[in-house]
Amino acid sequence: MSKLSRWFGRNLIRIYMVMGFTYLFIPILYTIIFSFNDYIKSNLVWRGFTWHNWQTPCGVPNICSDLGQSLKIGLLATFVATILGTMIAFALGRYAFRGRPLVNTLIFLPMASPELVLGASLLTIFINLGFNLGFWTIVIAHVMFCISFVVVTVKARIASLDPRLEQAAMDLYANERETFRRITFPLVAPGIAGAALLAFSLSFDDFIITNFNSGTVETFPLFVYHNAERGLPAQANVIGSSMFLIALITVLAGQIVSRKRKIA
Amino acid sequence: MSTATSTLQKPVKKRRKVPMPYLLLLPGMLWLITFFLIPILTLVKTSVNMDLQNYDPTSASTGSFWGNFWYAARTHEAPFARSFIYALAATLIALCIAYPLAYGIAFKSGRWKNVLLVLVVAPFFCSFILRTIAWKQILGQEGPVFHLLLNLHLVTLQTHITASPGAVIAGLSYNFLPFMTLPLYSSLERIDPRTLEASGDLYANAFTTFRKVTLPLSLPGVVAGTLLTFIPAAGDYVNAEILGNPSTTMIGNVINAQFLRTSNYTLAAALSFVFMVMIIAIVLFYISRAGTEELV
Repeated sequence: MSKLSRWFGRNLIRIYMVMGFTYLFIPILYTIIFSFNDYIKSNLVWRGFTWHNWQTPCGVPNICSDLGQSLKIGLLATFVATILGTMIAFALGRYAFRGRPLVNTLIFLPMASPELVLGASLLTIFINLGFNLGFWTIVIAHVMFCISFVVVTVKARIASLDPRLEQAAMDLYANERETFRRITFPLVAPGIAGAALLAFSLSFDDFIITNFNSGTVETFPLFVYHNAERGLPAQANVIGSSMFLIALITVLAGQIVSRKRKIA
Repeated sequence: MSTATSTLQKPVKKRRKVPMPYLLLLPGMLWLITFFLIPILTLVKTSVNMDLQNYDPTSASTGSFWGNFWYAARTHEAPFARSFIYALAATLIALCIAYPLAYGIAFKSGRWKNVLLVLVVAPFFCSFILRTIAWKQILGQEGPVFHLLLNLHLVTLQTHITASPGAVIAGLSYNFLPFMTLPLYSSLERIDPRTLEASGDLYANAFTTFRKVTLPLSLPGVVAGTLLTFIPAAGDYVNAEILGNPSTTMIGNVINAQFLRTSNYTLAAALSFVFMVMIIAIVLFYISRAGTEELV
């Protein structure tokens, strides 16, 4: 008994982690299971197993074109937000300048504003300026709310760098540009990659801000929302599940490759 | 970007003619000013252009009715209160779930750290609305949880788990869990393990070490995580719409309906602005009490 309780005490955190991740993945498991449901009209009750939905992932009008829009918007917004955010992060992390509190406030405020307010206020200005709502207004909005998250992530990485590494490079007669290219940037790169991943996942999954500024363009989250009332086709589960699995496999593969490289 | 340098000594920077930091800041700041700051100011203008107390949508929009904010707040006390109470409850639940999770990832996961971190963000790829609908099915009358409770005679067929405040709070705490976990992780990860060893060397047991060393050092993460959960949770309307009922209406549902269905832009804008001011007031008060100097 005491052996068991000691094992329990030692592994408490691990047991808790398993529970936490289970909780995080229960609805995803449910989504995956119901992607195999032989549904009629609405995918709410289990009726039997079928491969049919996975064989026809685009078998419902608009679903694949909407996914394409989400991916295009996500990649474009991530690209722009990562560049702009990284530049700000370097300015904040590496320079002393006047107006720093102002910049910090302007970075912080979008994160402190509810999405609804961001979406609604952008909509008012797009209407006032006579912009056509659609693909580009969604991209503009996504870049806006992703910038702050990129800045915070990259800045944390820059702050954690050991300044002695750069000093060593300078001591070895590297000029500023070389030091940046060969020391600073490679060290900050994982932070930038993490920020880009975060920006893409925020953009890909955004619903509230997109719903305000989309006009007639539909992204995948909007597709799910619009069809939820009429009954969601199982193909939506197929798309959601496969995006999740693709993300997971990519990361696991990356991890295995990088470990092999370290051993080699 | 290519000319960005690591200016470690101040004299180097002073000799520069081009103010490098401003060049780096310019594009991003312009973006935020054009698509964040100016829209917010436009929102303020929209929210006072018509008199809400004698609302006439056909009249030309002129004037500045500053009483609109007070009017909007007073006529929507209940949804405002509900938003803040639900968000507070969801934030506390998310903190209890996320803290041990982040602790485990930071200290107990070894080489799997990066994989586990990505697992925290992975649910985002399976669409937020899809997952909320999944919760509705799991907790609904046809779902496994209800059947289990029914067989245990803990509920009757008339009981509803969904369409209740509890379901909305559960949905909120689930959906914003990654926003709680990531900042907690990054503050825990920064703790030097030697400080924990030192605490052990000074005869502190595991619990005392946690209470006196780990927890205080992770406080910036707690502050950032609770804010990043509380703010979107308070403004959300999707959970209340899918998992709630008409008596769980949050302020987000009201604003959304006023903007996109009723098209009373003045009221919608006034409510948005009042809501934003309340959120920022709460945030500033909280930060000043929690004592973290720089959040970003």
